[in-house]
Amino acid sequence: MTGGGAAAWRVLRWLLLLVFGAFFAIPLLALLNFSTKNPATKERTGAAWQALTEDPTMTDAITTSLLLAALTVVGMIVLLVPTMIWVRLRVPGATRLVEFLCLLPLTIPALVIVVGLKNVYAWVNYLVGDSALTLAFVYVVLVLPYAYRAIDSSLSSLDATTLAEAARSLGASWFTVITRVILPNLWSGVLGAAFIAVALVLGEYTISSLTHYNTLPVVIVQIGKVNAPESMAAALASLLFAAILLMALSLLDRRRHLSHGGR
Amino acid sequence: MSTAPEASGGTGVAVQMTGLRRSYGDVHALDGLDLHIEPGEMVVLLGPSGCGKTTALRILAGLERQDAGTISVGGKDLTRVPANKRDMGMVFQAYSLFPHLTVLDNVAFGLKLRGRSRAERRQRAGDMLDMVGLGQHHDRYANQLSGGQQQRVALARALAIEPAVLLLDEPLSALDAKVRVQLRDEIRRVQLDVGTTTLFVTHDQEEALAVADRVGVMHAGRLDQLAPPAELYAAPATPFVGSFVGLSNRVPATVTDGRADVLGTAVPVLAGSAAGSGVALVRPESVRVVPDAGGAATVAAVAFLGPVSRATVTLADGTLVIAQLASSEAAALHVGQRVALSVEPVPVLVVAD
Repeated sequence: MTGGGAAAWRVLRWLLLLVFGAFFAIPLLALLNFSTKNPATKERTGAAWQALTEDPTMTDAITTSLLLAALTVVGMIVLLVPTMIWVRLRVPGATRLVEFLCLLPLTIPALVIVVGLKNVYAWVNYLVGDSALTLAFVYVVLVLPYAYRAIDSSLSSLDATTLAEAARSLGASWFTVITRVILPNLWSGVLGAAFIAVALVLGEYTISSLTHYNTLPVVIVQIGKVNAPESMAAALASLLFAAILLMALSLLDRRRHLSHGGR
Repeated sequence: MSTAPEASGGTGVAVQMTGLRRSYGDVHALDGLDLHIEPGEMVVLLGPSGCGKTTALRILAGLERQDAGTISVGGKDLTRVPANKRDMGMVFQAYSLFPHLTVLDNVAFGLKLRGRSRAERRQRAGDMLDMVGLGQHHDRYANQLSGGQQQRVALARALAIEPAVLLLDEPLSALDAKVRVQLRDEIRRVQLDVGTTTLFVTHDQEEALAVADRVGVMHAGRLDQLAPPAELYAAPATPFVGSFVGLSNRVPATVTDGRADVLGTAVPVLAGSAAGSGVALVRPESVRVVPDAGGAATVAAVAFLGPVSRATVTLADGTLVIAQLASSEAAALHVGQRVALSVEPVPVLVVAD
């Protein structure tokens, strides 16, 4: 490539970066601006942000959503990771079926899921109580399509069958093969899946609203009707939380890669 | 935590595979394979793709289940024992080092499963790496090693657990030619050092002949011949072995009273030869070429291969015969030259035409 061509590419890259940066940053700055302004006096104030930690409805909702995110991540990992590894190693013929089942939630509208879940939740509530945390069962199903893709791409980059056979020949049980040979090489995919799960749970509104549970998005909408700056502050806080989580995960992943010799 | 089998101490044990059968649908990968390996011996299974050699090795490793037949190692019946309890070290065709572990931890992996102390693991893994010439690479990861180095580490890892049997599944086929020859010799040296009974699978006949105590040539799920390399080469038991191992000319011959008339020379025939008219399988180095203006054959091509050359000669009936001769002799030959052919009086296999 000529020097002029390279310079043009560099300019184009920076231009695109600026355009996309503005696309994401302007709404966030607007949120920040709105949440730090008194609607009546137009003066700067931190009241809305202070309310996030003082308003019991909001703090309860934040706690619920964070717990839901954690439960969903744990449920997704426990359910999906061993299943995918097992299918890859032992029943590769079932790969298409598992993929189909995991992608199914994408094709079913949230409203239909809620209607379908009503009967199931009568039993769930009867057995484990009427807590908002029971939403984790639905959320685990909802994150399956995204988590499947993230873990599958990680698994595909690995010759899992040969690694498993090598470990077996060295005396490893199947449990050891999964936990000490395959799983440590899947962390980037599992971390990606975990992040997607957190982002989805923090943003899920339809199901929690229709099932009358006060999760963070539901409370943001409710409060938005009476105290718009506080709801904007909560929205921005949850977006920032998700962004920081993403950066932390990718940093962690990069450090792992560096420690493995730049792989 | 798995309960890995106890190590056999690295001394050789006998392996017996009896009546092994394995089918994939209508394809019979193994069709009643019988194979006995002596303690400390290296047997190489050689054959074309799909002959069942890898299936046999994987069944011995416990990575595949046979439809019928039995396996015993050191007198113990392993037919239904799972792979992780068979006490076998294996090196695979594909690179199989665990990417998240260092070279040292890879080699120590099997020892950790056996509950060895950290100090013992590090000592043994270090010794194994020294043995394969990678003593300076303890802290590297698989992606920082060349293909040959990775296979060396895999060999060290397989031997670190002092397995009863070492299984090598085409470990050199992904490597370039020079590294392949180096590593092949190194595998043999290490195997002789530790004395572990070894089954090596390859489709490369030069590799097989170079390292084996005995070579088993497999064909259509069966063992056609199991013999020391020199015997296999000099006295093939079947037409398939004769044509698969080394180069063979197919020269018209007539068998009378246990001797075959090949290119005018009477030569002894090997057991299993056909009677009457047939085709003798003659090695290129057994063919003599002498310039002769009245000869019935014509030189079609001469290929220089360094110390030796190969001359392709056309007989009067159109049959092509390849002769291998010293390059100094081949210098006297040129394309179109009339020559006389004869063969060394070594035993040949004669098969029906």
